Amino acid sequence: MNWLIDFFGNADNWSGPDGIPVRILEHLEFSAAAFLIAAVIAVPLGLLIGHTGRGAFLVVVSANTARALPTLGLLVLVVLLIGVGTVLPVLIPLIVLAIPPILVNTYEGVRGIDADLRDAAYGMGLRGHQVLFQVLTPSALPLILLGLRLSAIQVVSTATVAAFVGLGGLGRFIIDGLATKAYSDVIGGAVLIALLALAVQLGFTLLNRAVVSPGVRQVR
Amino acid sequence: MNDEPLIRWDWIARNWDNGGPSAIKTLLESHVAMALLPVVFGLLVALPLGVACARWRWLYQPTAGLMNVIYSLPSLVLFSIFLSVTGLTQTTVIIPLTFFTLAVLIPAVVDGLGAVPDHVRQSAVAMGFRPLRRLLQVELPVAVPVVLGGLRVATVSSISLVSVGALIGQGGLGNLFIDGWQRQFYTPIVVGIVLIAALAVLSDGLLVFAQWLLTPWSRARRGTA
Repeated sequence: MNWLIDFFGNADNWSGPDGIPVRILEHLEFSAAAFLIAAVIAVPLGLLIGHTGRGAFLVVVSANTARALPTLGLLVLVVLLIGVGTVLPVLIPLIVLAIPPILVNTYEGVRGIDADLRDAAYGMGLRGHQVLFQVLTPSALPLILLGLRLSAIQVVSTATVAAFVGLGGLGRFIIDGLATKAYSDVIGGAVLIALLALAVQLGFTLLNRAVVSPGVRQVR
Repeated sequence: MNDEPLIRWDWIARNWDNGGPSAIKTLLESHVAMALLPVVFGLLVALPLGVACARWRWLYQPTAGLMNVIYSLPSLVLFSIFLSVTGLTQTTVIIPLTFFTLAVLIPAVVDGLGAVPDHVRQSAVAMGFRPLRRLLQVELPVAVPVVLGGLRVATVSSISLVSVGALIGQGGLGNLFIDGWQRQFYTPIVVGIVLIAALAVLSDGLLVFAQWLLTPWSRARRGTA
């Protein structure tokens, strides 16, 4: 507790380029960029693979690989290979690790839809893309959102570790604190990141309530 | 950017078993211990808790909520918080990873038990199985595929997450990443990634084999169908 008071009570921690507000903004900025790019790639791809049934092996392979690969190793290797200094080399592993949860859950969401529903939609004369966007996507939405939530959490987490290879953000408090044995910074940073992760979690719960059709929600 | 090759085989040969604390073999052993102990502890706790949640459904909502919260916390955050309690020891890595295992396994046990067909349960009752024996000899065996599915996810994640512990000095093979980063030397990093991925694939394969052994009925069905 004393460490928390040391950290949050220190006025120096609230201003300047390594102050809490700046670090929070940095963390949000990198995380949002990586998450949005991953979503733009993975949601359409997952919908397409789920709808056509082609390329399902890609989904399985990506899910297993992403879980088995050590985040820290990937970050260190990619940044060493591409070069330190800019943000881009750090964003690449962030995006790569954010894609599989979205891809897998979007795919599963579309695949798991009752075949009767799909047939009924075609029977009513809807075309392929209409079935996909007006029937399958809304029905798969709970799982798509689950994938997006898991991915967002993964990104926040990876961005924390990425402080080790020079990315800004809240992870800096932990990494720098560990290096200088300033444990109040370590604990303070950890608490801030935990709050951020919980806010992300809460945000997705609210989003789920807002956008998932009540009919779909009842079934699940 | 430099001319350093991605892998130097002679470095691996020299450091595989150099007798010191940074020998690859030593790191591999501590990595396996730190990754698998949480899975074992997690399973031992998740089975009774999962059974309790399946029996008394009101328990499940709060438990699942709590597990969801824990699962959303980055591993480095939990390591940092436990650092103030357990110091720079392996325990600081093992405790948080046990929580992550629980977060995956408790829902798996509950779903597995929930997926036991009602007619199976009723048959067991009709055959005179008392609740405890029914649980141990009928319901849990039927739930094995779902529980093992969760166990596979937990094991593979645990193996890769241990390496983050390197940031607090206890990362098993993850220490190779720090070493490689500090010296701008690719070989240890590549060795670490490859060994961790290999460990993950091997453990996953063993669990699939375990499932094959534990569910002989699924093979019989496939044979006759």
